[in-house]
Amino acid sequence: MKLELAQVRHVAKLARLALTPEEETRFVTQLSAVLDAVEQLASVDTEGVAPTTFAIATAAHVRPDEVRGELPVDEVLKNAPQKVGTSFAIPRVIE
Amino acid sequence: MIDLSLSALAAKLSAKELTSLEATDACLAQIAKTDDALGAFLRVDVEGARAAARAADASPPKSPLHGVPVALKDMILTAGLETTAGSRMLSGFVPPHDATVTSRLKAAGAVIVGKTNLDEFAMGSSTESSAFKQTKNPYAVTRTPGGSSGGSAVAVAARQVFGALGTDTGGSIRQPAALCNVVGLKPTWGRVSRSGVVAYASSLDQVGPFGRTVRDCALLLQVIAGRDPHDATSADIAVPDFTAGLEEGVKGLRIGLPREYFVDGMDPEVATAIREAAKTLEAAGATVREISLPHTRHALAAYYVIAPAEASSNLARYDGVRFGHRTKDARQLKDLYERSRAEGFGPEVKRRIMLGTFALSAGYHDAYYVKAQKVRTLIRRDFEQAFADVDVVLSAASPTCAWPLGEKLDDPLAMYLMDVLTLPTNLAGLPALSVPTGKSSAQLPIGAQLIGKPFDETTILRAARAIERERTLVDWKP
Repeated sequence: MKLELAQVRHVAKLARLALTPEEETRFVTQLSAVLDAVEQLASVDTEGVAPTTFAIATAAHVRPDEVRGELPVDEVLKNAPQKVGTSFAIPRVIE
Repeated sequence: MIDLSLSALAAKLSAKELTSLEATDACLAQIAKTDDALGAFLRVDVEGARAAARAADASPPKSPLHGVPVALKDMILTAGLETTAGSRMLSGFVPPHDATVTSRLKAAGAVIVGKTNLDEFAMGSSTESSAFKQTKNPYAVTRTPGGSSGGSAVAVAARQVFGALGTDTGGSIRQPAALCNVVGLKPTWGRVSRSGVVAYASSLDQVGPFGRTVRDCALLLQVIAGRDPHDATSADIAVPDFTAGLEEGVKGLRIGLPREYFVDGMDPEVATAIREAAKTLEAAGATVREISLPHTRHALAAYYVIAPAEASSNLARYDGVRFGHRTKDARQLKDLYERSRAEGFGPEVKRRIMLGTFALSAGYHDAYYVKAQKVRTLIRRDFEQAFADVDVVLSAASPTCAWPLGEKLDDPLAMYLMDVLTLPTNLAGLPALSVPTGKSSAQLPIGAQLIGKPFDETTILRAARAIERERTLVDWKP
């Protein structure tokens, strides 16, 4: 499948990636090549075949919904690029 | 001392013929001597390792790994020790807690020497997509060690540590193990906790060991395996003694050789080495038959839809808000997200996020993602049917020996092909390992892959031991 530049831009927007014009052009070529290669999936007869999400079935583990093992706030904020008091700081979203 | 296997070192530590500090210092000296040339390590924790070694020497043995120096792929969180996943996105990130596998190793008395290089976020087959450095194959320094756990494979091969952990999403333990003449094992999906391991593709990721011998891998697996309340996908299945039956041999074991795994473009020397491995097992009492896994040729396509799809979801968390790289001077939240991610991620990671986002997007989800999941079912069924007649499947772990650095960097598809023999087992969730089985005429390592039934690591370890015993490549030093 040949991707158009507009599609690459749309996908980049969905993926929250600010691409350079060079990256956009490169991805048009490279992603089209990969999509061509995966095109063969369409030829496989999967009539009546259920999709596999997890190959190994494991029992669902449930536990009481209790807070435990939480980290102290200063530990949680230690890797924050920017913080204010006990919060993560971000640019203003409401004027 | 650094030439001892992990098992042999453990015996000497337990007999008090050596101390953990002596072993740790020997590793640190070997790293100082060799790592400028090899680039296996992103970080060496000299002080932390020596302190852990002294603590091990001062306390009664907690496990066979007590006092043994090991290394961790930099996908695995270490409290207080920077963990980057090989990405600028996580440069400077110091985890507030250990991964479960890290805390289990520490509780077993192991000494963590440092963090090893990898492809960025484990996406790659050559360790070249690391944002920080290039790792070289110790058997031929102009060639790749394989990937993505290239640093861990090299650290073990080059006698820098006695064992290591890696992660394997499509072959990232087995393929570098094959290219570096070490043993590498991907356990059954669910066997080992992923809590505290940077997520790439959650339905495929597993953590597993590297060792210079099969027994070394078994000892490492013993410590990290088992249910973990912090990982809901870790299986509630009894953990057997992985070393118990190692020497029992393969008499009566049924080995299947899948004809589809002798692929186009395969190095003929690799194909020959695998047929010789089959003969070795046969001579030791196993029966070998050709089998068919008919959907193998679609595995690569299914994988390169499913893995990027899961990656695009998992990597959405890197938004520049709570941790990781943040762009400077973003005025709006949207800019903060888009520019932080654009600056933090390298080309291969962006490529896979883009692919996965496309495969999950409106209008394409069913044709790509759901279709790939259905093909995944067929691949899983192929193995189920094969395992009705055989106990172990034998193939090459990598279609070629180590290739020159840089060779496939501009051709993503050529690079993806290097996983063609390993990724079907991730799609099927099965345990598989690579064990050294030969060397090419150019003196490059060749690894045999052994694939087992779900949660039957014991049998592939036993078969691997039979190959190891006859092929005697353990003493082949780089």
